[in-house]
Amino acid sequence: MKPLTHLERLEAESIHIMREVAAEAEKPVMLYSVGKDSAAMLHVARKAFYPSPPPFPLLHVDTTWKFRSMYALRERAAREAGMELLVHQNPEAKARGINPFDHGSLHTDLWKTEGLKQALDHYGFDAAFGGARRDEEKSRAKERIFSFRSANHRWDPKNQRPELWRLYNTRKNQGESIRVFPMSNWTELDIWQYIHVEGIEIVPLYFSAPRPTVERDGLLLMVDDERFRFRDGEQVEERWIRFRTLGCYPLTGAVESRADTLPAIIQEMLLTTTSERQGRAIDHDQSASMEKKKQEGYF
Amino acid sequence: MSAPTEPVYRTDALIAEDIDAYLEQHQHKTMLRFITCGSVDDGKSTLIGRLLYDSKMIFEDQLASLEADSKRVGTQGEAIDFALLVDGLAAEREQGITIDVAYRFFATEARKFIVADTPGHEQYTRNMVTGASTAQLAVILIDARKGILTQTRRHSFLAKLVGIRHVLLAINKMDLVDYDQGVFDRIVADYRAFTQQIGIEDFVAVPVSGLMGDNIIALSEATPWYQGPTLLHHLETVEIDEQAQAAQPFRMPVQWVNRPNLDFRGFSGQIVSGTVRPGDAIKVQPGAQGSTVASIVTLDGDLEAAHAGQSVTLTLNDEIDCSRGQVIVAAEQPVEVADQFEVTLVWMAEEPMLPGRAYLMKIGTNLLTTTVTSQKYQININSLAREPGKTLELNGIGVCNIATDRAIPFEAYEQTPDLGGFILIDRFTNHTIGAGMIHFALRRSHNLPWQHIEVDRAAHAVMKQQQPRLLWLTGLPAAGKSTIANLVEKKLHALGRHTFLLDGRNVRHGLSQDLGFTKADRVENIRRVGAVARLMTDAGLIVICAFISPFRSERDQVRQLMPEGEFIEVFIDTPLSVAEARDPEGLYRRARAGELKNLTGVDSPYEPPEHPELQLDTKTLSAEEAADQIVARCLSAPGGP
Repeated sequence: MKPLTHLERLEAESIHIMREVAAEAEKPVMLYSVGKDSAAMLHVARKAFYPSPPPFPLLHVDTTWKFRSMYALRERAAREAGMELLVHQNPEAKARGINPFDHGSLHTDLWKTEGLKQALDHYGFDAAFGGARRDEEKSRAKERIFSFRSANHRWDPKNQRPELWRLYNTRKNQGESIRVFPMSNWTELDIWQYIHVEGIEIVPLYFSAPRPTVERDGLLLMVDDERFRFRDGEQVEERWIRFRTLGCYPLTGAVESRADTLPAIIQEMLLTTTSERQGRAIDHDQSASMEKKKQEGYF
Repeated sequence: MSAPTEPVYRTDALIAEDIDAYLEQHQHKTMLRFITCGSVDDGKSTLIGRLLYDSKMIFEDQLASLEADSKRVGTQGEAIDFALLVDGLAAEREQGITIDVAYRFFATEARKFIVADTPGHEQYTRNMVTGASTAQLAVILIDARKGILTQTRRHSFLAKLVGIRHVLLAINKMDLVDYDQGVFDRIVADYRAFTQQIGIEDFVAVPVSGLMGDNIIALSEATPWYQGPTLLHHLETVEIDEQAQAAQPFRMPVQWVNRPNLDFRGFSGQIVSGTVRPGDAIKVQPGAQGSTVASIVTLDGDLEAAHAGQSVTLTLNDEIDCSRGQVIVAAEQPVEVADQFEVTLVWMAEEPMLPGRAYLMKIGTNLLTTTVTSQKYQININSLAREPGKTLELNGIGVCNIATDRAIPFEAYEQTPDLGGFILIDRFTNHTIGAGMIHFALRRSHNLPWQHIEVDRAAHAVMKQQQPRLLWLTGLPAAGKSTIANLVEKKLHALGRHTFLLDGRNVRHGLSQDLGFTKADRVENIRRVGAVARLMTDAGLIVICAFISPFRSERDQVRQLMPEGEFIEVFIDTPLSVAEARDPEGLYRRARAGELKNLTGVDSPYEPPEHPELQLDTKTLSAEEAADQIVARCLSAPGGP
């Protein structure tokens, strides 16, 4: 027998984790952001339960500001997996017209952090799968695979349960919920390689194409719809760009690239020297900002 | 005196020239999980930071923030402080120590690595055991200036305890001892003497400097006397344990029953040892039901074979009971099933371990209740001495006997970690409070002390004004046992006696509904019925049992359970030809037609009693007459009721 490859072992581990949750949680859900990590996670879920569809719904915590092609893939991916798709948009953020142009970090707080809490409370989900990986950021390196949140969704990094072997303690106290990260041990390269090997469909924005762009504060933004607000003197310029990470389009920086195939993307990723999260405005402030956000309940 | 700091692990050439070839190569990488152990000052974080840096796992923006941080809070002056790459949480950064388990990732052309970074602080045994539980190799760091310290012994012992087979001794800070071979040799000799004492079979020692990079990825010019592997080379080439696990017999704990519709019933789980192929005979434990594997179902199509480590879904050729918590095993090589064990416990909670308190235990996919019945000794982690002690404090390690509320399939931790490792969970806080490793099952259930009950069996009997009896009717199927037993009870009842009838068929609807008709299941069925009947006689009842109970040893075992004179074995002696001619339910007919398996008298043996208290020939006696004789014997026996 040949030893299992690293991808086979990672996949087997993720499947094991998902099945434990399906067996032990009362009402699990899979958070689905339509990005490549979500795509890989969803694919693993389909494998874990085949021939059954995954026995939980997908939840998209929507900000209404995602790229249009993300919305298109979202519906199709859920349908193909045979899963129910739940979309939550924070009604307060909607009523107040919270947007990335006027409200800065409040936009993320309300739509994403608050929106997620609302959705989990509303549906009564007791376990939520997320696609976060430990290699993404330093504070995540210490995150457990099963991460407990208090009734008000706070994370206490000092009081985490030890996680031994493949034995996950899924028992929770009244009001607690669990965030489960089945892809914890994957790296960005592993995710890309898996998408390549398995032929998983991802949002076309990951591949380079000529797109309408504006350069602002060192970020290359794409003008995805008519809501884009131009500053004085800004001109739309068509550039060959692609995205290494996807979020709200006015907050997500593109990279100039000609990589339009998966191997070319992987090649570019391996040859570049900036990390994935740099394209996201959220962590720029302080190096420990992600940890703060997490304690407050950001996924 | 500086070693090469320029990263030599460059894969750029292939990435740039032929990305498809690169991907193909990386698709076949294996994976090694290892743990690094050392104290705060051994330079562990620096070493890991160095591995990440040299294997090009640090991006430019991270490097920029690292350089800024190094100047601000670093300990290396203007140079890069690699430790800052690794120390994660803000509070820890300020304290300058790592206080939890963190996982890091890097890859080379040969392997992907997951590093569990665990702290060396005395109070954090729990973290190291956690990190080590998923590791296949331990890197134990020693400061060359200090040699082997108490914590080196502690880390090595814990690595051994958790079953890590590969130890790499990294003798660090060689730059601070002028790369002196004598220092290295002395430490290696000391360590060898120690490892022999605790049973670590082998280790590889490498002289390194995490700060300078010596012998991390390239052999250093500063240590011309060292010709062994570099640290990274050893990590890349050491044998991976999973192949050894694949050579063991097949075992798969069932995680989830897959039932998309009425036509499909699959059993999902991760194979923890061995290999499975369609057609293989399997058994579901606990229990004795068996079948053969019909298919190994995956989204990518059915598999020809699946091995240890893979997560699969199996379908079987027979409709048998199988659910989460059970283990599917190779039929010819089943695992043991037991409810009492000797284990090593590592305590992980502030609240001490208390023998007799009920804890939840998760082992494989089973969640059950367990109690520590007694602690044999605890282990002083510093001296490794065995010390007396009834309880365990946080970070304590003890060897204990435990009892579970039901029998579970298991294997010794050393043999199959996934079937012998468990966690303990507090029933009220739901926290994980301990981890354990099974050594072996205890076969002596009298290890469990009896609770003294003041209203004893004599008191119960006096209240009922009768002597308890166990009337055990044995014989072939359709011999007439149930009919006669029923009459016996009616007659005793009419006489004002307190009775209860346990019928062979009825208990299979409840008490023994999980059992089949194989020899092992019949044995278990009679063991259970015997234990229940004994309890009923303790309550003062006259118990009538009507069971084929084909084997002498089990009938004798029930007899052993009873006080002298209370067990009355009644052989309902009906020849096979007569029983088969009666055949009121068509059992014999179906067995002869091959539709029914394991029918006593046809394809499963019956061992008649050698010295029964009563032998009743139903060819000459009517059921009424037989019942009268049994009642008479019951009432006339010594001390008769």
